[in-house]
Amino acid sequence: MQYLCLIYSDETMWPKMPKAETDSMMSEYMAFTAKAKESGHYIGGNRLQPTHSATSVRIRNGNLSATDGPFAETKEQLGGYYLIEAKDLNDAIQVASRIPGAKVGTIEVRPIAPVP
Amino acid sequence: MSYDGSDQVRGRVDEVYRTESRRVLATLIRLLGDFDLAEEALHDAFAAALERWPREGLPSNPRAWLVSAGRFKAIDGLRRRARFDGALTELALRLETETEPVVDAHAVEDDQLRLIFTCCHPALTPDAQVALTLREVCGLTTEAIAHAFLANPPAVAQRIVRAKAKIRDAHIPYQVPARSDLPGRLESVLHVVYLVFNEGYSASSGDSVVRKELSAEAIRLGRILVALLPEPEAIGLLALMLLHESRREARVTPEGELVLLDEQDRSRWNRSLIEEGLTLARKALSAPEVGVFTVQAAIAAVHAEAKNSNATDWPAIVEWYDVLYRADPSPVIALNRAAAVAMRDGPASGLALIDALLEQGELSSYHLAHSARAELCRRLGRAGEARASYAAALALVKQEPERRFLERQLNSL
Repeated sequence: MQYLCLIYSDETMWPKMPKAETDSMMSEYMAFTAKAKESGHYIGGNRLQPTHSATSVRIRNGNLSATDGPFAETKEQLGGYYLIEAKDLNDAIQVASRIPGAKVGTIEVRPIAPVP
Repeated sequence: MSYDGSDQVRGRVDEVYRTESRRVLATLIRLLGDFDLAEEALHDAFAAALERWPREGLPSNPRAWLVSAGRFKAIDGLRRRARFDGALTELALRLETETEPVVDAHAVEDDQLRLIFTCCHPALTPDAQVALTLREVCGLTTEAIAHAFLANPPAVAQRIVRAKAKIRDAHIPYQVPARSDLPGRLESVLHVVYLVFNEGYSASSGDSVVRKELSAEAIRLGRILVALLPEPEAIGLLALMLLHESRREARVTPEGELVLLDEQDRSRWNRSLIEEGLTLARKALSAPEVGVFTVQAAIAAVHAEAKNSNATDWPAIVEWYDVLYRADPSPVIALNRAAAVAMRDGPASGLALIDALLEQGELSSYHLAHSARAELCRRLGRAGEARASYAAALALVKQEPERRFLERQLNSL
C-alpha cells in the first residue's frame, strides 16, 4: 500500500530562521530519508520551491488559463512530500510522525488509489 | 419436529441473535476483510439459521455455525457477482482456498477487541467513532443512534458510510494495537465509551428510556473492555460509570426535575452498582499509574461512601481534584475543585476561587460557573448577588431541565 505524505507548514518561517536552525532541520530531513530508505518505506520525496513560484493551470471552455499562485491560499502551504510504501495506515502514521516537519507543521497522509 | 418445537427454536434463534450477532460480525469482518460484506454475510447466516435450525435442531456451537455459514454465503455471493465484476474473482478465490477458520473463544475475543479499536481509530472523526461503535459493536440501528444524539438519521447514516469508506480506502488495519501504541489508542476507545455514557447520563436530550439504554450500552462496552483488556484506566472508567449510574433514579424526580447531589435521597442509590463500582475503583487505584477516569472514579467513590452531604470526606475530594487538575489543568476542573473547597472550608473560600476563575474569562460563558457562584452567594446570605448570578446562568443555559432548576432556585430567593 502506497501513501503520499504531504508536508504542510508556514513557509514564511523558513527565511526568518537562523542558519543554524535551518541547517539542523536539513540534517534531520537527511537522516529521516536515510532511515526511511533503510526500512524500505521510502519510494520518493522532494522539497518544493515556495508558493510564490507556483502557477495554477486550468482549461475552461477549451481555453488554457495559467494564473500566478497556488491552488488555494492557506496559512500553511505544501512544502514537500514523501511517497512511501507502508503496511497499512497505522504503519504510515508511524512513518509520517518521524518526518521532521511534523514537529512544526502538519503531515497529511493520503493513500494512493489502486489502479483499476 | 412438532410446531411447538420449531417455535421454540425460533425463540432460540432470536436469543442467539441478541447474544452472538456482534461477535459473529466481528469475526466475519476479519475473515472477509470488509464491513459491508460482513454485515451482509451476518444477515444471510441468520436467515439460514431461521430456515435450517427448526428442521435440523440447534447446532452444538451456534457461533461457529453462524461464522461458517456467513463465510460460505459471502463466497457464494462474491462468486456470483464476480461474473460481472472481475475484481471480485480474486477475492472469492482467496477466500475459497483458505482453510476453514477455527472459531475458538480466544479468536472471538480478539475479534471483538479488533472491532472496537478499529471503530475508535483516531483517524476517524470523534462523531464517526461514536456512531460506528454504537452501530457495529453495540448493534444499535442508525435511527436509534440519531435519536439518542438528536441528529438526522440520514446524517448519521452518512457518517457511518464515510467512516467505513475511510477504513477501507486508507487501509485502517483490523487489529488490536501493538503494546507500544496501546496507551494512546486505548485513550481514544475509552473516550468514545465515556461520550456514549455521558450522552445517556446528562439531561441534554428528552427521552429518558433512550438515554438509559445508551448508558447501559456504554457500561456493557466498559465490561467487554475490562474482561478482554484489563488495563487500569479501563477499570477506572467502568468504576466511574457504575458509580454515576447508581444515582440515576435519585437524581431526577418522577416529574423529570433535577435533584442536586447533596439533596438526593441516598437510600435510592443502587447499592449493588455502588459495591461493584467501589471494588473496581480500588483495583484501578492500586495501579502504579492512575489516569483521569480513575481519579474521577475515586471522587465518585468518596461520594458513594458518604451517608449524606455533610458526612462526605470533602478534604479527600479536594485532594483528588488537585490530582485531577495536575493531570488536566482545565478551568472546568478548577470550578469543581472550588465547589469542593466551599464544602470543606465554607462558602466564602469557594466563592473567592470562583470569582478568580470568572475573572480569567474562560468560564464567563459557562452557565455552571454562574450557578455555582449564585449558590455560594445564597449560602452567604448575599441574595442580590445570588440573583444576578442565577440570571447570568439562565441567560446561558441550553437544557430545559437545568433551566427549570435554575428558575426554581432564583424564585426561592
